[in-house]
Amino acid sequence: MRRVEVAIIGSGPAGLAAAKPLLDAGAKVLMIDRSDMLGGQLTKQTHMFFGSEKQHASKRGIDILKLMVDEIQYHENLTVLTETTVVGLYQDRVISCVKHDEYFKIQADYILVASGASEKSLPFENNDLPGVYAAGAVQTLMNVYGVKPGERVLMIGSGNIGLIVSYQLMQAGVEVPMLLEAADTIGGYLVHASKIRRLGVDIRTNMSVKRAIGKASVEAAEIWRLDKHWQGIPGTEEIVPCDTICLSVGLAPLTELLQQAGADIKYVRELGGNVPIINKKYQTSLENVYTCGDVAGIEEASSAMISGEIAGLEIARSAGYKIDNIDQHISRLHDDLTNLRNGPHGEKIRIGLEKVGVK
Amino acid sequence: MIEKTGVPSLEQVKQEFPDKVVLKKPKAIIECYKEIPCNPCHTSCPFDAIFIPEDINVRPKIDFDKCTGCGICVYNCPGLAIMVTQIKEGKILMKIPYEFTPLPKVDQTVNVVNRAGEKISEGIVRKVQLSEKQNKTALIHIELDEKYAYEAITIEVLHGS
Ligand SMILES: Cc1cc2nc3c(=O)[nH]c(=O)nc-3n(C[C@H](O)[C@H](O)[C@H](O)COP(=O)(O)OP(=O)(O)OC[C@H]3O[C@@H](n4cnc5c(N)ncnc54)[C@H](O)[C@@H]3O)c2cc1C
Ligand code: SF4
Ligand code: SF4
Repeated sequence: MRRVEVAIIGSGPAGLAAAKPLLDAGAKVLMIDRSDMLGGQLTKQTHMFFGSEKQHASKRGIDILKLMVDEIQYHENLTVLTETTVVGLYQDRVISCVKHDEYFKIQADYILVASGASEKSLPFENNDLPGVYAAGAVQTLMNVYGVKPGERVLMIGSGNIGLIVSYQLMQAGVEVPMLLEAADTIGGYLVHASKIRRLGVDIRTNMSVKRAIGKASVEAAEIWRLDKHWQGIPGTEEIVPCDTICLSVGLAPLTELLQQAGADIKYVRELGGNVPIINKKYQTSLENVYTCGDVAGIEEASSAMISGEIAGLEIARSAGYKIDNIDQHISRLHDDLTNLRNGPHGEKIRIGLEKVGVK
Repeated sequence: MIEKTGVPSLEQVKQEFPDKVVLKKPKAIIECYKEIPCNPCHTSCPFDAIFIPEDINVRPKIDFDKCTGCGICVYNCPGLAIMVTQIKEGKILMKIPYEFTPLPKVDQTVNVVNRAGEKISEGIVRKVQLSEKQNKTALIHIELDEKYAYEAITIEVLHGS
């Protein structure tokens, strides 16, 4: 069996940010990603990022990715395995991988699970009709492959992702007549909402999709008002002609690998679902197994980068590497995280983290 | 209500504007109505006219005395929440961020919309700025009647022919 010092599963902003301090310290790192390119969600983010300058705010996601990859990709201690899916993680830190049809195992001294999140779906009649897509798939089609998903899109969900993908669809020349939100108020940043509203997107709260209409593919959507308990109100139905229904109804941490290995997991609604119990070092309950980014709770690329850097530094320290001023550095990163989560949009995260025992 | 529709009320909008006399010179109007963890407006302004403290969730505060109307914050704001406005001889001249192709052309007449996306007037494109450092966000200078000062926000997206 192949042996490695540190295996990082997932090359999104969290995994990339973790690799840097490890490589700088002298550790040998194997980075594994099931996709054919590095970067996770960043590969499809063509919009300018929020956050503070320290986390590259105001740059576009794809450009941030380039910067992060450039910093590490030619490092002699880095090995990258793309198009490789980790299908198993065991307590003794053995991981099993599949690359094309080849199946192999790797033994690692340290493992960092940075596998991100998966998109949630929404139950409604005909939601399997061609033309019903998840927002991530729409983004990949448009921004990675340059393919329009349709001509007229009904967007479901007003979190930042729904708002941003609506904007990106319009940039690609696709019409977005309406965006529906089940809750009372818009979930994402108001600046994003105002940005699409002024371009004509009718944002409607307390509403959702009842069913998709169409024979071979989506031709329209039937929508309706929801009551306080998010139940549809009969008699409020409307028909919206569209060829695509795009679902952006939330993300769930990809914790399956950690669950399989027997890590302590807790369901925390505020963090998106099942999350590993971790400490301030981003260490899970399994020896030498760490996690960071969206796996530890759905947040943002900016926080994923910081948690990744902390996890990378902590692994390097645990593995015995000497890093100058590491304590100050880590405490500064924790301060940055606290700062990002300070506002009203960080409240959910703060409550969620308290539930898993980290503050 | 902005939390439900994305459209701020006229009172909210007016609160972000200085006195009309001040607008004889171009000034940045910041419409960032809710605390979010973000600060490029503050860090990009070369004249220190926009302030956000260490806690980046605090809403930006502008000092109109310091603002020169240069427009740098306009293309650095990821929320496209800033424009520059000036009132001159019965006209307003706005610099707005624009991220669509094709770009409008100088002297072209375009449809100007309000914050709900409704057409309110026509305007004339006076200048189109897109340098390398703007990182794909163009600045479009639009001239239209002064009476739309609190209403005009952007132009209808142009479609390629
Ligand atoms: C539309 C949209 C807009 C966003 N806008 C912003 C923004 O403006 N600002 C901001 O800060 N954040 C934004 N985010 C959030 C941000 O993209 C995520 O929070 C961030 O990417 C999480 O980073 P991560 O590294 O944890 O996970 P990801 O980026 O999801 O990366 C995880 C990686 O792990 C790989 N992987 C997963 N499972 C396996 C496995 N079993 N084997 C091998 N590889 C695996 C995946 O292929 C992926 O490459 C946005 C997200 C979306 C979807
Ligand atoms: S317009 Fe120029 S001077 Fe005024 S706030 Fe913006 S960047 Fe600063
Ligand atoms: S850069 Fe824009 S979105 Fe960010 S705080 Fe400043 S005005 Fe608000």
